[in-house]
Amino acid sequence: MKKSYKIDVDCAVCADKMEQAAKKTTGVKDATVNFMALKMNVEFEDGADAGSVMQEVLKNCKKVEDDCEIFL
Amino acid sequence: MTKKQKKVLIRIIIAAVALVILFFIPFGAGFIPQAVKLLLYLAVYVLIGYDILRKAFKGILNKQVFDENFLMAIATVGAFVLAIYSGSGDYNEAIAVMLFYQIGELFQAVAVGKSRRNISELMDIRPDYALVEQGGELVSVDPDEVEVGTVITVRVGDKIPIDGRIVSGNTTLNTAALTGESMPRDAGPGDDVISGCINLTSLVKIETTREFGESTVSRILELVENSSSNKSRSENFISKFARVYTPLVCYLALALAILPPLVEGLILHNGFTFDTWIYRALTFLVISCPCALVISIPLTFFAGIGGASKAGVLVKGSNYLETLSKTSYVVMDKTGTLTKGDFEVTDVSPVGIDRHDFLKYAAMGEWTSTHPVAICLRNEYTREFPDEELKGAEEITEISGLGVMARIDRHEILIGNAKLMKRYGIDYNESTDTAGTRIYMAVDTEYAGYAIIDDAVKETSKEAIRKLKAINVSHVIMLTGDGDAPARRVADELGISEVYSQLLPEDKVSIVEKLISEKNDSEVLAFVGDGINDAPVLSRSDVGIAMGALGSDAAIEAADVVLMDDDPLKISKAIQIARKCMRIVYENIYFAIGVKVICLILGAVGLANMWLAIFADVGVMVIAVLNAIRALRTNS
Repeated sequence: MKKSYKIDVDCAVCADKMEQAAKKTTGVKDATVNFMALKMNVEFEDGADAGSVMQEVLKNCKKVEDDCEIFL
Repeated sequence: MTKKQKKVLIRIIIAAVALVILFFIPFGAGFIPQAVKLLLYLAVYVLIGYDILRKAFKGILNKQVFDENFLMAIATVGAFVLAIYSGSGDYNEAIAVMLFYQIGELFQAVAVGKSRRNISELMDIRPDYALVEQGGELVSVDPDEVEVGTVITVRVGDKIPIDGRIVSGNTTLNTAALTGESMPRDAGPGDDVISGCINLTSLVKIETTREFGESTVSRILELVENSSSNKSRSENFISKFARVYTPLVCYLALALAILPPLVEGLILHNGFTFDTWIYRALTFLVISCPCALVISIPLTFFAGIGGASKAGVLVKGSNYLETLSKTSYVVMDKTGTLTKGDFEVTDVSPVGIDRHDFLKYAAMGEWTSTHPVAICLRNEYTREFPDEELKGAEEITEISGLGVMARIDRHEILIGNAKLMKRYGIDYNESTDTAGTRIYMAVDTEYAGYAIIDDAVKETSKEAIRKLKAINVSHVIMLTGDGDAPARRVADELGISEVYSQLLPEDKVSIVEKLISEKNDSEVLAFVGDGINDAPVLSRSDVGIAMGALGSDAAIEAADVVLMDDDPLKISKAIQIARKCMRIVYENIYFAIGVKVICLILGAVGLANMWLAIFADVGVMVIAVLNAIRALRTNS
């Protein structure tokens, strides 16, 4: 399952960090962050609950970049 | 500017003014005046840099040490401490570094925001509403809620919100937003129209044939919005580079602060000069920020893809833009790509009668036939002589499989293939040339010439091939299912030397595979097709280009690059856009890394101070960003 989320982040390095953090979250198969379009595309593992996984993703992103937002 | 950016701007202005005022205040030499001076400067420093300090602190808490905030914080705090320790009282440097860093960040944010807006304006094809008649009144509804088969009204100046077919009204449509083509297109009842076109001249009613989500506009927007998620090798390189570069420079800075003074002090016995080397290390940190690179590369691709969309070329990802730029093989399908894909009269060669009479007799004789050949002949007559009224012949007899016999103006006309001529013993010129379909005519049993009906070459095909060669595409190859001789002739006419003919659809894949295995790895093969039956080849080639893809779902799915209209000139245009974009990408990579390395060396040997470091950092970024935005312009 793939989903796309709008995000807000200030710099390209931070966007890359968010991408890394999202990729490492359990339940996420793959993630790409597009800084220019301010979008995060997440591919979930089979059977993962997108809602709760995304909460984790947001938490992990906040850890690496305090000043970011994912609009869930 | 957003609220956030305005706030930063105000802070920058206040800090700059405060810095100038402080510069002119004569502080005394005593402890109290010096302490006051320190406090005042500290206040300015905190004003301009508090968010950076806060972020750096949080980064450390979250084990994200090596980010740019941390670098700036360490560099400026270090400079402050050095100034206090050495008693020089020169706090300007630390504040200036923070100030310029903030200016750079602000510039970057504004530039990125501006190009985001630019590109969304370019792609401003999303319709806001659809007008539906309800109870005799026009009601504006969300296009999403319009069901297939609903009749919608499109007023002059409005965008067509949903794909459909015109039921009433004749108008002209501006398709520029979709195809980059500024020539308006005529449309009348029965014509299929696509969403995103602007209705120019008169009100039309359209019966929708798709839901909004399936309509051209939605699909294009989806494609464009997702495009930059397919990252190119250059972008991945930069991300990796940034991840390695910053920590590396930090460790180098640490080494620079410790090792040289130890060597000087312990081995050379010249005394310890920690303050000099710490200052150089701090300068290092200022240069270590990879911002210019990290922002300018994705920005270039984003602008490149945006600029390409404006020109009617949809690129599905920056990786494809990168691949496209290296294209040296362009393999093209003939039908639908180089030719129009529908038949028309390409040659008329009358004998004993003139062209007008030939076409008139042909059209009148074929008046009742629904055979494609008959339709072509009638179309040609009405196209060439639009003022004349076309009417049927007085008497028409169809001779199945051969042609027709008709009586026109007391002449007996035979129109048909060679067999018809033979049956009536007409002395016609048998030709060995196999191009197209040949239709012969006899008037009162006298041979009257022939017309050739063929798939006509597009007006721009020849120019398109010439352009491809002009931009150094080394191999232009044509594939076709036609026989050798006609394929050869079309190829000669267009200036193509490599032709594969008499192919079955599945042969195209094997030819493309053969070509791919024969070429060098660094060369890229692009296949161009019209999207009909081309999906396997499109996905097999390095870059699949589908043209005239408006309305063809399979092609949009399978292709990497979609040309919005069917003009083959767009192929070279797309390659040129890709090349320009990649040139800018490499310019930025070399320029930014080059300047950084030079500054690092100058900093290490003590030739560059912090002022130079911050100017280099911010300056490189500004130049790189301005250069990146250049990719948006695709006209030249």
